[in-house]
Amino acid sequence: MNTQKRVIMVGGGLAGLAGTIRIAEAGLPVDLFSMVPVKRSHSVCAQGGINAANDIARQQGYSEYEHFDETIYGGDFLQHQPPVYEMVHWAPKIIDLLDRMGVPFNRTTESQRDLRLFGGSLYKRTHFAGATTGQQLLYALDEQVRRWEAQGKVNKYEYWEFLWPVLETDDSGRRCVGIIAQDVRTMQIRAFRAEAVVIATGGCGMIFGKSTNSVMCTGAAASRCYQAGAWYANGEFIQVHPTAIPGADKLRLMSESARGEGGRVWVPRTKADRRDPRDIPENQRFYFLEEKYPKYGNIVPRDIATREIFDICVNQGLGVGGGNMVYLDLTHLGREYLELKLGGIIEIYRKFVGEDPALVPMKIFPGVHYSMGGLWTQYTAKDDLRGMAMGSANSMMTNIPGLYAFGEVNYQYHGANRLGANALLSCIFDGLFCGAGVANYVLEVVTTTSARLDQSVYDAAVRQQQEIVDRLINGRGMESPYQIGRELGEEMTAASTVVKSEQRLLQAIEALQQLQGRYQSIGLSDTGMWTNQNLCYARALGDMLKLAEVILQGGIDRKESRGAHYRTDFPDRDDANFLKTTVAKYDPDTGRPEIFLEPVETGLVPPRARTYGKVAASTETSRPTETVSV
Amino acid sequence: MVAPTTEALQTRSVRFRIKRQDRPGLPWRWESFDVPVEPGANVISCLQWIAANPRTIDGRDSNPVAYDAGCLEEVCGACTMLINGQVRQSCSCLIDQYAPKDGDVMRLEPMSKFPVVRDLMVDRQRLFHALTRTKAWVPIDGTYHLGPGPQDTPQSQQVRYKLSECMSCGCCLEACPQYKLEEHESRWDKAFIGAHAISQARLFNEHGTGNVLASDRLETMIGPGGISDCGNAQNCVKVCPKDIPLTESIAAIGRAVTIHSIRKFFTGK
Repeated sequence: MNTQKRVIMVGGGLAGLAGTIRIAEAGLPVDLFSMVPVKRSHSVCAQGGINAANDIARQQGYSEYEHFDETIYGGDFLQHQPPVYEMVHWAPKIIDLLDRMGVPFNRTTESQRDLRLFGGSLYKRTHFAGATTGQQLLYALDEQVRRWEAQGKVNKYEYWEFLWPVLETDDSGRRCVGIIAQDVRTMQIRAFRAEAVVIATGGCGMIFGKSTNSVMCTGAAASRCYQAGAWYANGEFIQVHPTAIPGADKLRLMSESARGEGGRVWVPRTKADRRDPRDIPENQRFYFLEEKYPKYGNIVPRDIATREIFDICVNQGLGVGGGNMVYLDLTHLGREYLELKLGGIIEIYRKFVGEDPALVPMKIFPGVHYSMGGLWTQYTAKDDLRGMAMGSANSMMTNIPGLYAFGEVNYQYHGANRLGANALLSCIFDGLFCGAGVANYVLEVVTTTSARLDQSVYDAAVRQQQEIVDRLINGRGMESPYQIGRELGEEMTAASTVVKSEQRLLQAIEALQQLQGRYQSIGLSDTGMWTNQNLCYARALGDMLKLAEVILQGGIDRKESRGAHYRTDFPDRDDANFLKTTVAKYDPDTGRPEIFLEPVETGLVPPRARTYGKVAASTETSRPTETVSV
Repeated sequence: MVAPTTEALQTRSVRFRIKRQDRPGLPWRWESFDVPVEPGANVISCLQWIAANPRTIDGRDSNPVAYDAGCLEEVCGACTMLINGQVRQSCSCLIDQYAPKDGDVMRLEPMSKFPVVRDLMVDRQRLFHALTRTKAWVPIDGTYHLGPGPQDTPQSQQVRYKLSECMSCGCCLEACPQYKLEEHESRWDKAFIGAHAISQARLFNEHGTGNVLASDRLETMIGPGGISDCGNAQNCVKVCPKDIPLTESIAAIGRAVTIHSIRKFFTGK
């Protein structure tokens, strides 16, 4: 058996790949697990760009500090400030690194990296590669990992699904010493040993049925860690992106860069105006974001834009054709400009809707997009709170020693609402900065290598997973996992997205308990043991149901409105009681989350009112007041 | 929250004829399913429907069709398959365009140039291996901060960006008459490397730092399974979903290989 210390990375998106590179660079072998070939990870879907202070913005009065302040303000002050402070200071260096890796960032005539405007900022500080920035960043990291792989320092386990963390308890306490994983083609289940495990498995959009997420973003990996004892934080903070294209199988993202580059959101001023949008004169168009937020206009942060669109459609009935749809208009920008700056997303709209956004305003509606919440993690702040201690072994470590969370599955950085183009940054930052901490933990803190541990720990964990599979395969119930999954998505979308209330959330908890009951009697149409996607989905569904409860319960307990979490029964922010992280602990006896609140480190920027210069609200433009079900 | 409005729903039925194989080594068969489709439906939404209702047209209980899928936005490359004989991504394949009438038939098959894992899912590992063969990366010194990368003109950026949009889907390989199914990994280093990898060689040879490995890449292109295996059928460029100028890349690498060979002949390096 190989006795060398090693690290397991679960997930091959931006966070997982950046972490893999950093840890391999520190001299440790990395076993990289992914359900899909890493080049097909969900990070490819990110479109708009990546934020960083830059020379031009600096000359206009912008700096890392403003990036920091914007991120905190955008997140409604819910995030711990030292990690954000560190991240924004790394941002310009990360851009340089990506540039050196060959990312084709758009260029100005003087060959400088071009910049665009993005939500929540009045400065151009978003770097981009067409409108497929996430894809380009992912490919650059994928290429670097392939280079390490060619040197034998990284082993990829693609088409392997993470099933459970292996925990070992000795005199010094509990720690993570490996994982159980399954090859989703051969269905082989086996244990893998490691000194540290990093979970970098992204978000959980599939819990909401249709979302902008890829099909593997079920949140199952996070849920399994939670059920194994890792805490889950701020689950109730789910970002609903204001502009998505509704589809039969998913909601396709229409990037915020469309607005950053000058796109305008509007509806006809008259209800159910059925004219062709091109025939509606300027003075009969309601540019509601520009009117209400003269300072930020169409680039208000996502939670605000989403609530305004929701209000226009649902409460005021002003949606296009009387339905739930508004126009996102790019027709005034000109085809050449659109192709150069937004080519990728224009193409998506053309392919999936069949209309040309250069000629006709796009029809869009909000869609579930990102989870600000995730596995609870720790960090060590510098003494003056300005940043994190470099190389600290607990950087983004969960409450289980040796188990880390990077990227979207980590709850840090974005608070109650993430700013556009900060996600790519946080993922890569986690990988690079905290990857060093993982290496230090393995090299300096771990004294007993996993190779010396008794095989029985691993065998027991494999058996436990085999039992779960056997139960699903041998189940003879009549319930369909796909039907339960669809109902879960509809209920979660109706109860726990743009507008929430205690009564509706309680109703959803009840519905969820019924679904959990029905889940006990599911039957699979495929009981074979070769590439059984039916089984994989059914197993993930059980974990999605557990995580859904965390999301709902967090929403019930948080009796205030903050960022993406908006409660009709508690419409205001309540710092006295809720400037706190929601932490959910799994209770194995009841199968339910136990919630406690933890203070937030706000030592650098004191909380202030978050208005984005909104003009005084008239009765017509009040915030949403009703919960509406599907 | 409420659901986005869709147009008045008119459901009609489309017949899906799907080539199925339970696992490698077992015989394949056709299975047909009648799927109700709504406007805006695509092949993925129909496969999702079949997964939830796996009953064939003869009323026989079947099981969900195995297939690869990821982003469903035609940017990850996962869901590539043959649809009515044409290779493409299934997510961007709208039923209304392919089967506009009630009762129309859609034929789904796995790609033929890669080993079938199950049903519509194939093993495309060879495609990624070709990227290793090509050294398709920029050999950076490491992740420590060393300032920006080489400057790039907007013109050059536009060329590189287009090439860099390759999502390793394999359409160009499926359409290529020179690219043959290779079941065994041992053959991968000798068999044709494919248009996508040749284009990646061009991408990295055009980068200011990436070009330090230019000769290595050209050596691979001169070697077995390299550019001389290209038969110039030009099918690749016709099926590329991202409109990557693959034939231009092949021509560019062809020229570079010639120059490289002449230089090597005279200078010995």
